[in-house]
Amino acid sequence: MTRFFTLLLHGDRHADRVVPPTGHTAWLTSFTAGAMTFLAVFALALSLASGRMADRWSDALARTATVRISAPADQLDFQTRAVLDVLATTPGVESARAMTDEEQRKLLEPWFGPDLPVDALPIPRLVELTEASDGYDSEGLRQRLAAEAPGAVLDDHTRWRRPLATAAGRLRLLGLASILLIGVTMAAMITLAANASLAANAQVIQVLRLVGARDTYIVRAFVRRFTFRALAGSAAGALAAMIGVALLPSADAAGGFLTGLGFTGWGWLLPLALPLLAALVAFFATRTAAFQKLKELP
Amino acid sequence: MIAFENVAYNYGGGELLSDMSLRLAPGSFHFLTGPSGSGKSTFLKLCYAELKPTAGHVTLFDREVRTLARDDVAQMRRRIGVVHQDCQFLDHLPLAANVTLPLTVSDREVSPEDVGDLLGWVGLRHLADALPPQLSGGERQRAAVARAVIIGPDVILADEPTGNLDWELSLRLLKLLVELNRMGKTIVVATHDMNLIRQTKSQVAARVLRIQNRRIQLAGADL
Ligand SMILES: Nc1ncnc2c1ncn2[C@@H]1O[C@H](COP(=O)(O)OP(=O)(O)OP(=O)(O)O)[C@@H](O)[C@H]1O
Ligand SMILES: [Mg+2]
Repeated sequence: MTRFFTLLLHGDRHADRVVPPTGHTAWLTSFTAGAMTFLAVFALALSLASGRMADRWSDALARTATVRISAPADQLDFQTRAVLDVLATTPGVESARAMTDEEQRKLLEPWFGPDLPVDALPIPRLVELTEASDGYDSEGLRQRLAAEAPGAVLDDHTRWRRPLATAAGRLRLLGLASILLIGVTMAAMITLAANASLAANAQVIQVLRLVGARDTYIVRAFVRRFTFRALAGSAAGALAAMIGVALLPSADAAGGFLTGLGFTGWGWLLPLALPLLAALVAFFATRTAAFQKLKELP
Repeated sequence: MIAFENVAYNYGGGELLSDMSLRLAPGSFHFLTGPSGSGKSTFLKLCYAELKPTAGHVTLFDREVRTLARDDVAQMRRRIGVVHQDCQFLDHLPLAANVTLPLTVSDREVSPEDVGDLLGWVGLRHLADALPPQLSGGERQRAAVARAVIIGPDVILADEPTGNLDWELSLRLLKLLVELNRMGKTIVVATHDMNLIRQTKSQVAARVLRIQNRRIQLAGADL
């Protein structure tokens, strides 16, 4: 690793010159690094966006569901108690509690004013329940409630959000897996390019060995070249992709997932790490390939 | 300095060199002769560990070549200047950079004046910026000699260094080698040129090795 940074900072003009500039492998490496980084930026954006969405939806899930009980006044307390009993014995329900008149008045205040006589009106009673992390079987709960307290209705908004949150979580994983695959692919392609370059320069390597060059010296010449090509190509790719992401229409217009795809705040710095990562990949891929290849030569 | 002990070598076919034993003392001057294809270049390659013997032992600077790691071989080659029969240049680098390559790869600096002097001495100063493919055979050979001596090696192995040179240039080159030998360098020159050998023997105590029928022998008491 220190070698990597020494190389980036100081380089070695001599070692650089002893290997002839080769046209197509240079171009191939830069292009590969650029294209792969371009893809990686989008995968990164996708992954970050789905991460944000999964978080938002999971938060929503953590919120409580409510059971609404509408019944004649004389049965209301009875049914409320029945509902609480049912909830207390339902697996997946962490806690449940009936809202007090005071709380209900607060809820209704924005609509009806502060002087609402809650006791006198046939207002449904609300029971608030908090879900445990693994969730409950809402269909089963609904049936039990119907049997015990005919006036109770489960208002379960978590039901449609759970699969979305799961999907968003999966999407984030897919995005990260894509970045990983892109990195591995880039390593493979740079290894191939480095091998081609080493093979094309077999004569050069032979001469260098004959005049007393160590393997590390020869490897350095190749590694430096490929690392810088990858860095340059990758920087161009990252820049292009970031411009592409920045040009996506801004959020509020359409709302939802697609427009949330951009980077936010510090997130804009993440794609800038990709060229450094690409250089690192190129550094180790070329180094490994070169040492491997040199061992085959006398 | 360089010692062979029952050395044999073959390229995969029949045996090319058999049962060679000899010792090249420090400061000695040897010529190596023999018919074309007899294995002179092969012998020299064994001397700088480009080839490893298929049997027997080659010892360079008191180290058995088979025990040398790759970096040791590199280190060893910095003490052995080689004039290759086919010269072996980097075609994309100008002559001056090629001549200084042994210094470059061992991270040593050299002043442009010294390089200029050396090139002038082999008559190539005006070609310092030329690329190797643009040079004549003789110019390449002289450049190869310059590259072999620039690092100040203990041993100089020259494979037909005068093959493309006229008589006058050959004599000049030989004078250089004799000079280096007087400075204590060990010299081996493979050549067909008997006149050159005779000429040299008048200046220095050179011995002649001959490869014949796969064996090496000291040629007649005095040729
Ligand atoms: N890499 C190789 N693979 C197989 N055979 C080889 C190889 N190099 C040389 N030979 C064979 O080994 C024999 C000796 O070659 P070598 O170059 O040592 O001869 P030489 O004495 O230097 O000849 P010349 O005087 O023509 O330079 C030749 O017959 C050659 O064809
Ligand atoms: Mg030969």
